[in-house]
Amino acid sequence: MTALAALVRRDIQVALRVGGGALIGVLFFLTVVVLMPFAVGPDLALLKKLGPAILWLGALLASLLTLDRLFAADHDDGSLDLLTMSRTPLELICLAKAVAHWLVAGLPLIVATPILGLLLNLDTDATVAVALTLLAGTPALTFTGMIGAALAVALRRGGLLLAVLVLPLSIPVLIFGVAAANAAVIEPAGFGAPFSILCALSLAGLVIGPLAAAASLRHGLD
Amino acid sequence: MTLIDLANPTRFLSLTAKILPWLAGATALLLALGLYQSALAPDDYQQGATVKIMFIHVPNAWLSMFVWGVMSLSALGTLVWRHPLADVSAKAAAPIGAAFTFLALVTGSLWGRPMWGTYWEWDARLTSMLILFLMYLGLIALWRAVEDPSRAARAAAVLTLVGAINIPIIKFSVDWWNTLHQPASVLRIGGSTLDKAFLIPLLVMAVAFSLLFVTLHLAAMRNEILRRRVRALQMQQASLPRR
Repeated sequence: MTALAALVRRDIQVALRVGGGALIGVLFFLTVVVLMPFAVGPDLALLKKLGPAILWLGALLASLLTLDRLFAADHDDGSLDLLTMSRTPLELICLAKAVAHWLVAGLPLIVATPILGLLLNLDTDATVAVALTLLAGTPALTFTGMIGAALAVALRRGGLLLAVLVLPLSIPVLIFGVAAANAAVIEPAGFGAPFSILCALSLAGLVIGPLAAAASLRHGLD
Repeated sequence: MTLIDLANPTRFLSLTAKILPWLAGATALLLALGLYQSALAPDDYQQGATVKIMFIHVPNAWLSMFVWGVMSLSALGTLVWRHPLADVSAKAAAPIGAAFTFLALVTGSLWGRPMWGTYWEWDARLTSMLILFLMYLGLIALWRAVEDPSRAARAAAVLTLVGAINIPIIKFSVDWWNTLHQPASVLRIGGSTLDKAFLIPLLVMAVAFSLLFVTLHLAAMRNEILRRRVRALQMQQASLPRR
């Protein structure tokens, strides 16, 4: 347990220091959202309608792109080999790394949501709903993306291949995230069902993600 | 004869060399019979002659799912039992599965044009088929991204199994998404209320397409084994000292 806590602390520290690039994800999120009005036009009513979808798409892409380095940096400097050989099960190590990654890359996205909601003319209810659904849904994105990151390290290929493999798997999260956020604005009674499914997807990802990532690391690194 | 006996590629090659002509013959016969029966099947009172697209469309759609199942079993064979031919089977199945999915999409779209008035509808079934097609293409891209087949095999196996868990979830969520956005905009043709005149040719075609898959799969596995042998020989050749 202490080993896992130490790993989480180390990953957070590495990400926050120079060269870690923790806040690049938020910057990307901001840029994607700022690009949207240029594509659809500065119509505030339209932006209000599309707001939850834009925020979710931005968060999805941001959390996917930052995942590229989840295992790659540790693989480059050799610490991933040490982690694989340690007595702690590799599944738990993957879980700890995912938690650390979510804390430095996923949580800032949620913190930034209110400001971006302001830009998209969302009212308070809608902003809170989007932030809440992101809070419930981004762990699922991290856990699915982790499988892709592990495959990318095992194959020494990353980038576009990772995105092509992982994006179709994240469709359910996107569907229920946007549905719950929209329901909160239009009819609050319809919020519960998609939100519960979103939580369920995150919990299922919590089980499947570390298992699959550990399997591909174990088979890929030998 | 068990699955382990087939672990020897040479034995597999000699066995399939004997089986394949018979399989191909049976496939051709059944396909001919199925096509003949479908041509004779009566026109639907609503859809006219276009209902005959169903005899090609539905078997393709069934097989697109079935092939992912075959690949998942092969993936288990790779990861759990380390069966030497499991990854050959998985690799050979992926393009065939993608082709079946693509044909299901194309025939469905051609059927949709006269029936629904549009080539593409964001209907739940069509959408989940499209996502399945994307996942097949991603898997093929993964196979092609790595030179060493055994390394690619284990990565592809993990991805295939994750996909096998995820495909039902995606299907469920797309169903849910569609009913939320546009309830009952498309009249679905119920499969269970099918008349016997349509059901029998459809079943014949389904069996024929399944045999077609087995034939193509075995042939593709043979090619893959031979390709790997050529690769091994080439590498051996390249490593010899020059005289």
